[in-house]
Amino acid sequence: MSDVRVAGTGLTAFGNAPERTGRDLFAEASIAAFEDSGVPREDVDAVFYGNFMGELAEHQGHQGPLMAEAAGVDAPATRYEAACASSGVAVRDAVVRIRSGAADVVLVGGVERMTNLGTAGATEALAIAADELWEVRAGMTFPGAYALMAQAYFTEYGGEHEDLAHIAVKNHENALPNDNAQYQNAIEVSDVLEAPQVSSPLGLYDSCPISDGAAAVVLTSAAYAEAHGLEAPVAITGSGQGGDRFALHDRDYLARSPAAREAGEEAYADAGVDAGDVDVAEVHDCFTIAEVLAIEALGLEPVGKGITAARDGRTTAEGETPINLSGGLKAKGHPVGATGASQIAEITTLLAGTHPNSESVDDATIGVTHNAGGTVASAVVHVLEVVA
Amino acid sequence: MSENTVRDAGFDDWLDAVEEGQAYYLECPNDHGSLPPRRVCPDCGSTDLEEVPLPESGEIETFTVTYVPTPAFEDDAPYATAIANFGPVRITGQVIGVDVDAVESGLEIELEVTVSETTDERVLGFSPV
Ligand SMILES: [Zn+2]
Repeated sequence: MSDVRVAGTGLTAFGNAPERTGRDLFAEASIAAFEDSGVPREDVDAVFYGNFMGELAEHQGHQGPLMAEAAGVDAPATRYEAACASSGVAVRDAVVRIRSGAADVVLVGGVERMTNLGTAGATEALAIAADELWEVRAGMTFPGAYALMAQAYFTEYGGEHEDLAHIAVKNHENALPNDNAQYQNAIEVSDVLEAPQVSSPLGLYDSCPISDGAAAVVLTSAAYAEAHGLEAPVAITGSGQGGDRFALHDRDYLARSPAAREAGEEAYADAGVDAGDVDVAEVHDCFTIAEVLAIEALGLEPVGKGITAARDGRTTAEGETPINLSGGLKAKGHPVGATGASQIAEITTLLAGTHPNSESVDDATIGVTHNAGGTVASAVVHVLEVVA
Repeated sequence: MSENTVRDAGFDDWLDAVEEGQAYYLECPNDHGSLPPRRVCPDCGSTDLEEVPLPESGEIETFTVTYVPTPAFEDDAPYATAIANFGPVRITGQVIGVDVDAVESGLEIELEVTVSETTDERVLGFSPV
């Protein structure tokens, strides 16, 4: 089986750019990824592209070929949609395609344009990742769904809002040197606790922002990388995907993410590693409670203990396993269709030593990405390793 | 609902049944409960689903008070949304007839169809017993 190498990565700044079209964002990210990779556009065999709300935000479907064109690539292109895990599943299929020998080079990435919808419009657009009949029509929003999980967690395992606040503080701290981050400001626990409520117990500072942005990654087979003398020391060595019942109320657990556990176990087994080997991770912290559920599902913390990981320093930049050194969705921003691919870019540069926070993990050889869709009815996990 | 609105078969029928005090869930031969519209048991794949009366009351397992709603609930906020356990199934609904600050886990509720103040559309409500 061929190793899959990350030959190049490109990110736009994540943030508030309501006037920028999706095609412009993807063009910028893909230009950066091609420049970083040294791979010529004509060598691309396929484009796998993630996007969630393009019909609502830009009145634009069929975005695969549109984005291939924006990237200057003449190759078959397919759009993937798995809510906020859209480009994570695109990466997974790119890995599968390259490993099968059916492709040597795949351009994979994603875009979301959100801020042009305004807060109400974006809230409505995000809500459609939930069950329209049984959840959305009962008034459940996306923050509301995670709030239901947070309250269920407190009831089942304990913990309080102040524990969650430390996660937001940590991720803002991590974003300070990340020039692509939406927020580069430090916050205090008191800021989180005193912020306006969105959906109790979660407030404004427990929530990721509404963001515009794009991510692109050039993946190649190891054989291609070697034949072309590419500087591509990081490989994707494990990939896993899990699923769960669609509506939150139909799940076996309200305060755990079995889909992410499945995805993680599959990815670890695929790579031949276990949770104890993980040096650094980028996890899907769309809300502070989501980071807790993610690190527990990935086996980085025991179930019921993840709530104190940031507060006690286990997941901070100085901790044993730093989580979300990019700033996470919370501070880096969450253009939903771009997030999964952006996590691959962050871990690749962290491991390669070219990320502004690489010094926090200078001996790291194994990193993990975790990308969740909806209330984690979809989850995709990748293991990345330094191999060259 | 306007007269031109197309019904969602299964779901709107279920809301009708709740209004008539005849709420039900779907049960397969292996006693797995689920909610309509559906033709296949999500637990075992059985296609032999039967409508069985839902227990009269349920208990709130988790809840949230939403202050930033979607546009369809703009005039309703703040409102409490909860997941209630009815035994064979759990259901998501809006807690009505009680101050949002009084909503808590363990609260016993029964189903009641209410309407959104914003859109006049039907909304599944939980009212304390
Ligand atoms: Zn069954």
